[in-house]
Amino acid sequence: MNARVLPLYATIAIFLVAYLICYLQFPAMLSTRVIANLLTDNAYLGIVAVGMTVVIISGGIDLSVGSVIAFSGVFIAVLLRDTGLHPLIVFALLLSVTTAFGAAMGGLIHGLAMPPFIVTLAGMFLARGAAYMLTIDSVPITHPFYDMLQDAYYRMPGGGRLRLIGVLMLLTVGAGMILAHRTRFGTAVFALGGGSQTARLMGADVGRTTVLIYAFSGFMAGLSGIVFSIYTGSGYPLATVGTELIAIATVVIGGTILTGGSGYVFGTLIGVLTMGLIQTYIVFDGTLSSWWTKIVIGLLLLLFILLQKGLLILGQRQRRSTA
Amino acid sequence: MLLTIRELTKTFPGTVALENVQFDLKAGEVHALLGENGAGKSTLIKCLTGVHARDKGEIRLDGAPISPDSTLAAQALGIGTVYQEVNLLPNLTVAENLTFGRQPTRWGMVSGRRMRAEAQEMLAGYGLDHVNVGAELGSYPVAVQQIVAIARAVALSGKVLILDEPTASLDARETETLFEVVRNLRARGLGIIFISHFLDQVFDVTDRLTVLRNGRHIVTAETAVMNRVDLIHHMLGHDLAEVEGRRQSREPGAERLHFSGFGRRGKVEPFDLTIREGEVTGLAGLLGSGRTETADVLFGRTPADRGAARDASGPVDLKSPRAAIAQGFGYAPEDRKTDGIVAELSIRENIALALQARRGWSRPIPRHEQKALANMYIKRLDIRTSDAEKAVGDLSGGNQQKVVLARWLAMNPRFLILDEPTRGIDVGAHAEILRLIGELTDQGMSILMISSELDELIAASDRVIVVRDRRHVSELVGADIETGTIINAIAAHEAEGATA
Repeated sequence: MNARVLPLYATIAIFLVAYLICYLQFPAMLSTRVIANLLTDNAYLGIVAVGMTVVIISGGIDLSVGSVIAFSGVFIAVLLRDTGLHPLIVFALLLSVTTAFGAAMGGLIHGLAMPPFIVTLAGMFLARGAAYMLTIDSVPITHPFYDMLQDAYYRMPGGGRLRLIGVLMLLTVGAGMILAHRTRFGTAVFALGGGSQTARLMGADVGRTTVLIYAFSGFMAGLSGIVFSIYTGSGYPLATVGTELIAIATVVIGGTILTGGSGYVFGTLIGVLTMGLIQTYIVFDGTLSSWWTKIVIGLLLLLFILLQKGLLILGQRQRRSTA
Repeated sequence: MLLTIRELTKTFPGTVALENVQFDLKAGEVHALLGENGAGKSTLIKCLTGVHARDKGEIRLDGAPISPDSTLAAQALGIGTVYQEVNLLPNLTVAENLTFGRQPTRWGMVSGRRMRAEAQEMLAGYGLDHVNVGAELGSYPVAVQQIVAIARAVALSGKVLILDEPTASLDARETETLFEVVRNLRARGLGIIFISHFLDQVFDVTDRLTVLRNGRHIVTAETAVMNRVDLIHHMLGHDLAEVEGRRQSREPGAERLHFSGFGRRGKVEPFDLTIREGEVTGLAGLLGSGRTETADVLFGRTPADRGAARDASGPVDLKSPRAAIAQGFGYAPEDRKTDGIVAELSIRENIALALQARRGWSRPIPRHEQKALANMYIKRLDIRTSDAEKAVGDLSGGNQQKVVLARWLAMNPRFLILDEPTRGIDVGAHAEILRLIGELTDQGMSILMISSELDELIAASDRVIVVRDRRHVSELVGADIETGTIINAIAAHEAEGATA
């Protein structure tokens, strides 16, 4: 069997086991209400993590996304407050801005042969600063269209409300799966992660692919910003600090290898849900501090890093014995 | 003629890598390109595949002059290359690797079924029917990956196929499978350039061969009429009729170190070796025969997994370079630039490096002591530099080598291993290094010297060990140390063949 799928299976198994434990303790956890909330509450994270998955598979990293989400919220709130533009036009404007921002970072990474870490770190400060330039306060969003978006839901049997943003997150994951696993672009992303030098020798357009990867991540961060603004109903420049790191954590827990070349968009969804599940458990328990989320995430991350290293060593041994 | 190269010249700062080299390749032939390290093989290939721009000369493919400026351009012209390190992506599937960049798509989505069918078709005739093209390339042994790489190169290029050390990491059975593929491709009319340092394989699979030495074309001949001894003569060169300054034969020194059954699986077969005081032991053999591997095992760079080492006082621990240094060993490796010097650091810092490492970093050597040390060696070894603070990377090859030597001499080793100490340095510095080796042994140091230049080995060694197929095959002393004996020992062809 292919050793690279193991982290994905491990993720799914951990999620199911964790859910089972939760269910045994709090049978109410299996209700569609909880499931629907899990999707709604983590919609913005899931969307941005899809972009991050593609970036990490290519062997890169995008530290700017948390700031871009905050910038998006502020951008939308301020534009809706100060202009008469329809939210859909604002969304289109925003997505072009964040996509161009990502593309520019990708261009710098390739053009200057700079590490993605440092370029997107600069992007992180830049986007956060731009958000502050627009406003330093939390700006509420009041628009009839927003009310409609917030109230749109499908009532599932059992009373759970599957909201628009949750559906959007699932659609994004689906689109991400097709893009990463079923297109030439996706293959080029994996190729870059496998070795950009070799990929170039094999005829991959490394520059174009790099620009597109970060543009995609920028687009996803913008989309995530829209979802976050619908979720919170406001724009605040201090929002989503550190979200990029949580996104990276979910990607790794989802079975994507940080050094690139191997990963699954679907796994990222499971990673996001696992993280949401822990939070839900803490809410149900009622006595645990919310910091326990971080502790469990930290342990899970450690577990997955060890798992990946173990698989790597196992794979090398196998190859040596067959060679 | 499929491919003709005329008067190809390529110079790098300070060295002439190729000088007026000519080379021909017919359609439907396998042509071996032979030569030791630094002979110009890889420069020739790089000029041919667009990695380097040539200074002078002409390359014609099918009669038309070509000047590819990148590997991709060369590929498009019909020249495909397969390297020793498989240049495919192990994390993609076999099918993705084969169809990369031109996967069949439908509405923007890759059609996995058609892609796999296409890949299957590309692999037909390569004897890889058992390979599942939907599986990751990395899950298959290197031999399979190698053949997949060939299939891709042939499908993309289809005129000239360059195989650069394709068998270096294959075993005998895998090599035979690869040769079947090579013969089939030859029958299909491809021109194949075959680079390998395994002479058995050259005789086995090639039709003609060309030997390069020091960037010059030495000979092109039918493989069938070339005899092994002559071939080695061509490769190692024997331009000097009379070797000057042959070491005076002396009484053998006292035993200093004895290695018995020493070796490492996959690197070098177990050997016995005695190192004597005040002697130079030469290691002769072709590239890849196990010379450097012997040095690596002795110094603990790839620690021995069998056998034992001992000296007069008992067993000697050589499980790491650190342990070897503690035993008074020194090692100036073959690749000076990557393993020997730290180019950005000054002469002073480079010389003090090993000494400092032994003292421990918590007790820095005072700067004035470092300076005195550096100046002493600059004077003693005649290192040509303005002062001790110059970065070693700015020195010439010969002077860099002297800095490496100085670093070890500062440690006052009892046993010094020198791998190709005179590679890439000019004639004057060459003689000085040899003179220095003589002086050091006169003072009682033991030296193991590896060299591709037989003249040099003969001139400097008290005894010569001949290495072939990763095995120590003979030991020569006194009057036996001469070109003919050594070449015969290298060339001797055993019935059981190579164990690569």
